[in-house]
Amino acid sequence: MTTMDRGVRGRDRVAKAVLYTILSISLLAVVGPFVWMALSSFKPEGEIRSVPPTWWPETFTLENFRDLFSRLDFPLFFFNSALVALAVTVGNLLFCSLVGYALAKLRYPGKRVLFLAVLGMLMVPGMVTFVPQFVLVSNMGLTNTYAGLILPFLVGPFGVFLMRQFLQSIPDDLIEAARVDGAGEFRIFWRVVLPLCRPALATLGILTFLASWNNFLWPLVVATTEDKYTLPVALALYSIGQNRTDFGLLLAGAVVVVLPVLIVFLLLQRHFMRGIATTGLK
Amino acid sequence: MAGAPVATAPARSVEGKTSDRPAGSVQRRQRLRRALTGWAFSAPFTVLFLVFMAVPVVVSLVMSFTDLRSTDLRNPFAVNFVGLDNYTRLFSDDLFLRSSVNTLVFVVVGVPLTIVVALAAATALNSGLLRFRALFRVGFYLPVVTSIVAVAVVWRFLLDPEVGLVNGLLGVVGIDGPSWLFDTKLALPSLIVMATWRNFGFLMVIFLAGLQAIPGDLYEAATLDGASRWQQFRHVTLPMLRPTLLFGGVVTGIGYLQFFEEPFVMTQGGPLSSTLSVSYHIYNQFGFGNYGYAAAASYVLFVAIVALSVIQFRFLGERK
Repeated sequence: MTTMDRGVRGRDRVAKAVLYTILSISLLAVVGPFVWMALSSFKPEGEIRSVPPTWWPETFTLENFRDLFSRLDFPLFFFNSALVALAVTVGNLLFCSLVGYALAKLRYPGKRVLFLAVLGMLMVPGMVTFVPQFVLVSNMGLTNTYAGLILPFLVGPFGVFLMRQFLQSIPDDLIEAARVDGAGEFRIFWRVVLPLCRPALATLGILTFLASWNNFLWPLVVATTEDKYTLPVALALYSIGQNRTDFGLLLAGAVVVVLPVLIVFLLLQRHFMRGIATTGLK
Repeated sequence: MAGAPVATAPARSVEGKTSDRPAGSVQRRQRLRRALTGWAFSAPFTVLFLVFMAVPVVVSLVMSFTDLRSTDLRNPFAVNFVGLDNYTRLFSDDLFLRSSVNTLVFVVVGVPLTIVVALAAATALNSGLLRFRALFRVGFYLPVVTSIVAVAVVWRFLLDPEVGLVNGLLGVVGIDGPSWLFDTKLALPSLIVMATWRNFGFLMVIFLAGLQAIPGDLYEAATLDGASRWQQFRHVTLPMLRPTLLFGGVVTGIGYLQFFEEPFVMTQGGPLSSTLSVSYHIYNQFGFGNYGYAAAASYVLFVAIVALSVIQFRFLGERK
């Protein structure tokens, strides 16, 4: 009996070792490209192209980043990306929580239709709407403006859905008690309901900011001159344009696009995981 | 308490109607006030939603039956209805057909591959191995949060036939690596593998949550019945995870049907249109100013997305 136990335990240990090995190799394959990107962005052009490729920079240089910030306008692209993402996030948090509250807690005609429209819109991909959206925005004279970049994303069906689901879990008694105390409807929302929504707002805020920061198709068609490019647009267009062979420059650009997101992700990863898992399962 | 006002409201209104009128008008005023409050809260969202989302969806459909071009924007009267012309043209457009096949391959191969990898990772992380679990989870999730454009730029260099790291590593083991993105047979598979690499972490997190929701006594019972690990996975885990798996399939399918950034940055649809996707084709037609035609193509894509979701949801309904 005991020898059999030991055999089983031994087999378990082997299985565990195998599992760890596979997982570690996979982790290397997933994280490796980012490490290579970061390290190579500090290499001179010649070293990036050397055969066989080097891993650690033999000559350490900041030239790629210097080019990014002096020869190209990456500080401006960074500002554009940040401005658009911030505005889109604030808009979504505010408007989606307002309507989410109405959908979850108020009774008024038209509510069902509105919610069904939101649910339906969840299925509609950006590819279907971008042509008429572009026609609309250009008729408004908003192509190549910040407003044109921001307005179509200021609200979204996902945010409404998320906020409504969360707000439904807030007890009606709380709202009713505030109403009995004579608080106005907006005051109730702002002072009583919204503070309870912090977890949902955090999730929505992070996901919206991220989606906006990484958004590509819309800024690609709306930003027609360089001064309105966001980071992904600039990086993509340089990478297929005249800078297509500037490996070092493009890798440094990729670092600038990816790094802020990675830092935010590593700091707030609990929120991410919880947000994804709960919204995913609902 | 929560349901109280709802329950008493109709009773009071009946009373009001029989005895005195003012109570009824108070009731009506209250209802009006409630409606106004609801609309006030919904208004900012609804206006933006209608103008920038709901109306464009409808306009897109209308547009797809017209010959609208970019030059017509200033002169809307030059636009004609052309019926189904755009749609019939689409299905005799070699590039559109090519892009449809590419997109189909991307979805049919990419979705199952992503699900299998994600499920394997989730199962491994869920299997009593506690140490470093958080590290692996964060690591695998990392590519999901990063910009596809940035990732595509990095992978274009990694897959470079001469100086890329992938062929460098293959060279160490003595394999002469192919020229991945420049090979008509390998370019699309390369993009599929890269998409799997980037997206499996998302599904992994969802599957992990699904796995943890499976009650432990099911496994205990299976163990008592002498079921092996594989049998437990096959007959307990998979059936219990079915809704989660199908949710993952739908979400990933919707995303993959629209793949665009990867070929845009890495191959520009080449070589020889072997990586041209439907989205990329729509974007190109839009760029040429063929708005009506692009709208028609985007509606075909939309129908494909709805069809894929319906098919998968049917699966889901079957077992429930």
